[in-house]
Amino acid sequence: MKRSLIAALLFLACRAFALDGQIQIHDPSTVVLCDGQFYTYGTGGSSLVSEDGWAWSRGAAPSRRGMAPDLIHVGDRYFMYVARNVGAQPRADINLIWSKSLDPNSPDYKWEEGGVVASSDGAEDCNAIDPGALLDPNDGRLWLVYGSYFGYIRLVELNPRTGQRLNVNDTPVDLAINCEASILIHHEGWYYLLATHGSCCRGAESGYNIRMGRARKVTGPYLDHTGLDMIMGGGSLFAGSTSRHIAPGHFGLLDLGDGVQKFSCHYEADLDRGGASVLDIRPLLWKDGWPIAGDNLKEGAFEIESARTGTALELAVEGVPVGGPRPRRGPPGFGGTNAPGGPPGGFFGGSSRGAIPPQDVTQVSTNWPKENIDLRLANFLDQAQQKWTISAVTNAGGYPGSPYLKITVAGLDRALAATEDGELVSTPAFSGGPEELWRIDQLTDGTWRIMPKAVPNSKEPLALCAVGGSSVTLSKFDPASDKHRWHLKTQ
Amino acid sequence: MNLYRRIFLTSLAVFHSALIVIAAENAGQLHAISLTPATSAEKAPSTDGFIQRWLILDPIRSNTPLTDNAINEAVKKEYFPGQLSLIPRDGDKVKVGETELTWHAVDTRDYNVNLYHFAHSRGAPTSNVLFWAVAIVDCPEELRDVRLAIGSNAASLWWVNGQRVIGIFGDRQTVIDDGVSKRLTLKKGTNVLRCAVFNAGGATDFCARILGADEKPLKNFIVRLNAVADQKP
Repeated sequence: MKRSLIAALLFLACRAFALDGQIQIHDPSTVVLCDGQFYTYGTGGSSLVSEDGWAWSRGAAPSRRGMAPDLIHVGDRYFMYVARNVGAQPRADINLIWSKSLDPNSPDYKWEEGGVVASSDGAEDCNAIDPGALLDPNDGRLWLVYGSYFGYIRLVELNPRTGQRLNVNDTPVDLAINCEASILIHHEGWYYLLATHGSCCRGAESGYNIRMGRARKVTGPYLDHTGLDMIMGGGSLFAGSTSRHIAPGHFGLLDLGDGVQKFSCHYEADLDRGGASVLDIRPLLWKDGWPIAGDNLKEGAFEIESARTGTALELAVEGVPVGGPRPRRGPPGFGGTNAPGGPPGGFFGGSSRGAIPPQDVTQVSTNWPKENIDLRLANFLDQAQQKWTISAVTNAGGYPGSPYLKITVAGLDRALAATEDGELVSTPAFSGGPEELWRIDQLTDGTWRIMPKAVPNSKEPLALCAVGGSSVTLSKFDPASDKHRWHLKTQ
Repeated sequence: MNLYRRIFLTSLAVFHSALIVIAAENAGQLHAISLTPATSAEKAPSTDGFIQRWLILDPIRSNTPLTDNAINEAVKKEYFPGQLSLIPRDGDKVKVGETELTWHAVDTRDYNVNLYHFAHSRGAPTSNVLFWAVAIVDCPEELRDVRLAIGSNAASLWWVNGQRVIGIFGDRQTVIDDGVSKRLTLKKGTNVLRCAVFNAGGATDFCARILGADEKPLKNFIVRLNAVADQKP
């Protein structure tokens, strides 16, 4: 019983956020933003829509209800590529439909047929399903990869104006083998092919995992980090199963701008939702030229450390040394023989009481002001005014991948808040106002951007910013600077 | 030169130097290496925006610990009348207890103001002291959303036009832009920057500049020797 309780507490103590609402979907397309709403489409005509990327609900089915669609916004059109079996596998084709809006209430919402863009005849080494589209940021060329376990992942070029096949006589290029649910992305001179290995559709027994290779040319060869070509079965692991989410597949890039990238996927089994197949959105990081699957923030206590200064966010109150002030008296020679009444190991020998427990914030905070307290940066000394609890706020909305969060002094309800002059303050108690709700996005280098949901009397989004060596403010996020980048160090 | 002669001459030189130092200390005339008396009516900030002209009061003895609460409590004490409001002139005197102290207008050659040089050159203590300093900043136009950015050795409190804007505490060294105020407005014309710097022991100095909304240092102002109303025709 006791063990169960501890296990439950540990589980809650490091709870990761999962998307909210109706998120059941299989083979989701890339998540696309249209007129302020996020959309994704899955197998069988399923679709999900969200105003904030956190809470999702069922959306309208598109005009074609095929398999594993992908979606891309090019010009004034949303191109959707949807596969269907046209006989016994691997005989299939991929059809284009397009609309100028994804919002069924918009006058521009109307799915038009665009025809077949790729197919497999049932005999060739390909199964023309699982399309994935890329608009090359370098030259504006539009590409489509597709394929499944019958043979190769293939590449064809599309017309970016119409979304249709650019030249039907061009022979598709083979890129990879023994995978499915592939897609291309581009980053700093490299093309990355992300494809799903393993088996799908078996719940928590599924073996789906996302693997990758990269190439200098869109046509390949795509080599993994060991140099093995994906056309020979290579592929470095990008994302595998985690403790509660089994078998990720169907990568989709969600670039939010300002250096914030996320990716969507589905898990074959979300153990917290009865093993259902669900959508997730997670941070996308980059290191040494390779993408890394980040994790959404887990609730807990943190030091919030500036990547610029190396100093920690704290209340502007006088700190108390952990364990109490050090006695000034010490033996001659600092650490030699023991002095009467001094610590047993000499001046540097520490306390005879052994391990020093963490500070009790309820004790050290008794002398803190009861009203608002300013913030500042200081060397981290493990003191109570330097530790922050970050936790989800229910029914307050969110942003792609996470609910809005509150940031409170660990052990207290004293909350971090934005002020109407674009500065920071800690309020005596969390009120739930938008100035006390925080959006915390992991940036591509693994640091975090921390933004209030709203700044009173301001429409401009601002981010937590180190200014000078010991000061902190809010200012417009600058992706090129480290002043808005923070390390969250678990306490 | 034989050995005995060399020792004799060396000893003589050392003795002579010592006499000079003693005489200078007695007269309070040690050269303040980095500081010179301010004489011109106005001075522009340095190329990096640092304010290089200050009116500094002779140091006040203070054994105040450098912690937040102790420093905040210490400045509530009135050391001299108008300590948070007066705009001093070079040579003005105030009485702190029974001791008469003088305001000195100085220019620094460096980005920082070396208070150790300042005090030592006057034969004044440099440890366990409190320095008050004032800069008279004249802006050609209103400057909005600017920030005062300072560094100090050691703890210091800062006011702009009577409003407290920065407090940094502890036994710290001077780091450029260590403490930065919230956004503030400097009015067109005279603005008064004031600081109280507490030192426990060893070196002591401070630096200050004004940052624009883009956090780059501002240089479109001048620092006056005297407030405009005091200017001689």
